[in-house]
Amino acid sequence: MNIIVCIKQVPDTTEVRIDSKTGTLIREGIPSIINPDDKAGIEAAIQLKEKYNANITVISMGPPQAEIALKEAYAMGVDRVILLTDRAFAGSDTWATSLTLSYAIKKLDYDLIICGRQAIDGDTAQVGPQIAEHLMLPQVSYVSKIEKEDDKLKLKKVFEDGYQIIKVKTPCLITALKEMNNPRYMTVNRIFNVSNTKIVENWSINDIAMDAQLTGLKASPTQVKKIQTKTAKSSGKVHQVEPKEGAKLILEKLQEKFVI
Amino acid sequence: MQNKEEYKNILVYIEQRDGIIQNVSLELISKAKDLAIKSNQKVFVYIPGYKIDEIHAKECFKYGADKCFISNDLLLKDYATETYTKVTTSLINKIKPESVLIGATTIGRDLAPRISARLYTGLTADCTSLDIDEETGNLLMTRPAFGGNILATIICPNHRPQMSTVRPGVMTKTIVNETKTIKIEYVNSSLTKDDLNIEIIETVKEKTQKKNIEDANILVSGGRGIGKKENVETLKNFADEIGGMLSGSRAIVDCGWIEPNHQVGQTGKTVRPEVYFACGISGAIQHIAGMEESELIIAINKNPEAPIFDVADLGIVGDVNQIIPLLSQELKSHKLKKEA
Amino acid sequence: MNFELSEAHKLSQQMFRDFALNEVKPIAGLIDEEERFPVENIPKMAKYGILGIPFPVELGGQGADNLCYAMAVEELSRVCGTTGVIVSAHTSLCAAPIYEFGTPAQKEKYLIPLAKGEKLGAFGLTEPNAGTDAAAQQTVAVKKDNHYLINGSKIFITNAGYADIYVIMAMTDKSAGTRGISAFILEKDMPGFSIGKKELKLGIRGSATCELIFENVKVPLDNLLGQEGKGFKIAMQTLDGGRIGIAAQALGISQGAIDETIQYVKERRQFGKPISAFQNTQFQLADMQTKVDAARWLVYHAAFLKGQKKAYSKEAAQAKLFASEVAMEVTTKAVQLFGGYGYTREYPVERMMRDAKITEIYEGTSEVQKMVIAANILK
Repeated sequence: MNIIVCIKQVPDTTEVRIDSKTGTLIREGIPSIINPDDKAGIEAAIQLKEKYNANITVISMGPPQAEIALKEAYAMGVDRVILLTDRAFAGSDTWATSLTLSYAIKKLDYDLIICGRQAIDGDTAQVGPQIAEHLMLPQVSYVSKIEKEDDKLKLKKVFEDGYQIIKVKTPCLITALKEMNNPRYMTVNRIFNVSNTKIVENWSINDIAMDAQLTGLKASPTQVKKIQTKTAKSSGKVHQVEPKEGAKLILEKLQEKFVI
Repeated sequence: MQNKEEYKNILVYIEQRDGIIQNVSLELISKAKDLAIKSNQKVFVYIPGYKIDEIHAKECFKYGADKCFISNDLLLKDYATETYTKVTTSLINKIKPESVLIGATTIGRDLAPRISARLYTGLTADCTSLDIDEETGNLLMTRPAFGGNILATIICPNHRPQMSTVRPGVMTKTIVNETKTIKIEYVNSSLTKDDLNIEIIETVKEKTQKKNIEDANILVSGGRGIGKKENVETLKNFADEIGGMLSGSRAIVDCGWIEPNHQVGQTGKTVRPEVYFACGISGAIQHIAGMEESELIIAINKNPEAPIFDVADLGIVGDVNQIIPLLSQELKSHKLKKEA
Repeated sequence: MNFELSEAHKLSQQMFRDFALNEVKPIAGLIDEEERFPVENIPKMAKYGILGIPFPVELGGQGADNLCYAMAVEELSRVCGTTGVIVSAHTSLCAAPIYEFGTPAQKEKYLIPLAKGEKLGAFGLTEPNAGTDAAAQQTVAVKKDNHYLINGSKIFITNAGYADIYVIMAMTDKSAGTRGISAFILEKDMPGFSIGKKELKLGIRGSATCELIFENVKVPLDNLLGQEGKGFKIAMQTLDGGRIGIAAQALGISQGAIDETIQYVKERRQFGKPISAFQNTQFQLADMQTKVDAARWLVYHAAFLKGQKKAYSKEAAQAKLFASEVAMEVTTKAVQLFGGYGYTREYPVERMMRDAKITEIYEGTSEVQKMVIAANILK
C-alpha cells in the first residue's frame, strides 16, 4: 500500500508575527512544530505500515525551514520525505496550497492520502478536502480509526453526536484527528541518518510542472484584508453583587466568549 | 474566473440530519437576513435531503428566508461528500448567489471546502462575524487564527460566490415578523448510484464520555469554600448542564469529596481548558500552577481578597452554593430560548 | 572549534526532552515515594534506542555518539535522577566494557540485546570491604577445567535484580594484587548467583541498589571478559566512561532544579510582588545557572573527547567532580528559594536535592576524582 501524508510545519501559536504588507505571516524566528493533527496522520500511516506493509511518503509545502519537520517525520519512521518549496508558492491561501500539493501528489503513487484535519495556525480545515477535490478522490474527514478490508478501507468517522463506520475504495483521502493516537517519538538512529544528509527531497515549481499563475498570493481567491492581534489578557473585574446578579454576569461572559 | 456581475443574493445551506434542521442553519438565515437588508438582496436557502417538504421550508421562512430550494433523493438520505457537493454546486451554478453561508459542523466543514474547490472560489472557515464592506460591497469575513491569538478579516474580492462557514452558537436566530408568500422550488438532484462513492456500514449515536480532566473543554472546579461534600453534587449538576467535567483542588481531594484523579494543581494535574470555573477555591500557589493557562477563568469566592481573583478573567464575590444553582437555572432558560 | 550542536544532536535532544516530559516526569515523584523501579519505561526507552545510543547499528545500537548519550542522560535526569542513572549504569558500566573488550561472540550474545534494550545491564566492583580501595576486593574466581567458580559478594550495585547481564570483577590470582583481578560476564539466572539485600537510600530511591551474592557460581570460560589479570584495568577504564554518565546525571538534576525554581519564583508572591522581582532571587539564580552552564561544557567536552577516541580520563573526572558539586549546591539553593514549600514533598526540589548527593559519591567519590585529575596534571 502506498500512503502519502501531508504535513504542515506550524509556528508555536503563542508567538505571532505578521508581514503588514501582504497580511501573511513571517515564519522565521518562531519556534516550530509539526501540526498536531498531521503528526497523528504520520503515526496512523506508520501503524498501517506495521500492520499491512506500506510505503510512506510525507510531503509538506513550506519555506526552507520546514525541512526540519520532514526530518522529524523521517526519524519517526517514514520512507520518503519531500519538501515542496519555491518562492512562487508564497502567500498561497488554502485553494492555491491544495492545488500545489495535488500537482506534487500526481507525481507519486498512492492508495491513501492522509491530511490532518486542521492546522493550529490557520484552523481552516480546508486543504485536505480541497486536495481531494483537485484529485477527484472520495474523501472522509474526521477519521479516528483506519483499517484495511480487502481492497477497501474501513474507517470510523466522528460526528458531534456519535460516529459512523464507512467503507471506501482506494485511492481516497482522509483527514485525521489528533485524538486518534499517541504519535511515537523519533528514534536516535533515524535522527542521525536523516540529519546532515540529503534525504529530504526539495521540489520546486518546475519539478511539479505547475504554471506559476495557478499558485501563490495572486492565485488565491481569498485575501487577508486586516489583522488584529488579540488584546493581552488583563486581570478581569471582580464584582461584589447579589447572587442572582452574579449568575447573570457569568452567563453574559460565557455568551461573549461563545462558550454557549 | 466567474463574472461578478452575474452573482446576486445570499444562499444559506440548510443542514438537516434525519430530516431535522440544525440550529446553526437557522442562525445563519437570520444573519443572512441582516446582510441582505444591508445590501438590498434576498435570502435563499437550499435543503438537500430525503422527504424534505413545506414544513422544513416554513421553518426557514420564519427566520427570514425569501425563497427555499429543495432537492429530494433517496441518495441524499444520509450525508455523503460527493452527493451533497454535487447537488449544492449544481444549485449554486444555477442561481448564482453572491455569497454562500454554511454551518461549520462536522458536515459543513467536510462539504464547504469541497464545494469551494469545485467552484474555484474562496472559502473562509469559522467566521465569528460577517459584514458588508460599504465601499466595495464585498463580504467581510472575520475569523480567529493562530490558536485565537489574532483576528483576521478575509475578503474574496474577485471570485464568486464568496463562501463562509460559521460555528453553531456564534450568530443568533431571530424570528422575523413578515407576511409574505411562501416560495418553494423543488430542484431535481440528477444523482445516480455512481455518485455515492462511500458506503455507510453503521451509524452510532453516542455522547463521547471524556475520561480525563485534561481533555475537558470546560472544568467546574471546587475548593474548600464549597463547604461540605454534599455540595459537590451542585457543581456536578452544573458541570453536566454546561457540558463540562468536575474537578477540584487538593483540599477537597484530601477530604475525600472527589476522586484524586480529578485533582488540579501541583500534585494533581495541569489543565488548560477553554473555561475554568474556580468555585470556592482560594487560589493557593500550588493550585494556580495547575490551571493558570486556562482560556477563561471564572472565580467565585466569599473572600474578596482571595488570590484566585488575581488570575480570574471574571470574579464574583459571593457564596458558591447560591450562585451556581442560579447559574444552572439561567443556563437552562437560555438553552430553552435558543431552542424556541 | 565548533560549539554548535549539530542538527542530529538538536533533534535528539528534542526527542529526549519530549520523552522525559511525557513518559518519565509523570511518575518521577511516585517511584521515589514508593521506592519502585520504573519497569514500565524500560521497553519504551528501548523502543526509541535510548539504551544503546553510542553503539554501532550492527551491534544493536543507534550509531550515535557519546555526546548524544550524555545528552540523553542529562535530559532524563532533569526530570528524574533515578531514570538517568538506570540508563547510565546500563550503558557505560555494562554495555560499554563488553563493546570495548569483548570477543565477537560475546558481543553477539550480550552486547546486541543490551544495546537493543531487550536486556538491562549492571556492573559489580564494590564490596563491603572494597569501596575506594577497589583493589582490596575479595570475590574469587577459581579456574576449573571448563568453567570458573565464583564466590563472594558485591554491594551497592545499581540495576541489581532488574538487570539480566552483569559485568563482575573477581580475583583470579590473589598473589598478583591488582593484576590478579579479572572481569566476567554473568547472567541473572546462573545457579548460585542471587540478589541480596536492597538498600533503603536517601535519594534515587527508585533505583534498585542491591547486594549480589555468588555461591559457587559456575561461569563458562567463554565469559571471561578480556584477559585474565586485566580486570582491574578494564574496571578503571569502564569507570572513566561511567564518569561522563554520572556527570551528565548531575548536570541534568541541576538544570531540572533550576527549571522548577524559575517557574516557582515567577508565581510565588510575597510583599505584593513575585519573588523573582527581588535581587537576592535574581542573583542566586544567576550564580546557579552560570555554574550549571560551566558544568555543561565540561561534560560535553569529555563526551566529545571520548567519542573522538582521544584521552579523556582527566576531563571526565573534572566533569564529574564539578557537575556533582554544582548539583549539590544548586539543588540545595533551589530548596531554599522555594522556602517552606520546597521542603515539602509536594514540590520536586527536595527529591532533586536528595538525588544530587549520590553523584558526589558513586563511580568514584569526589576525592577519587581529584586524585585522578592531580595524577594527570602532575605527571
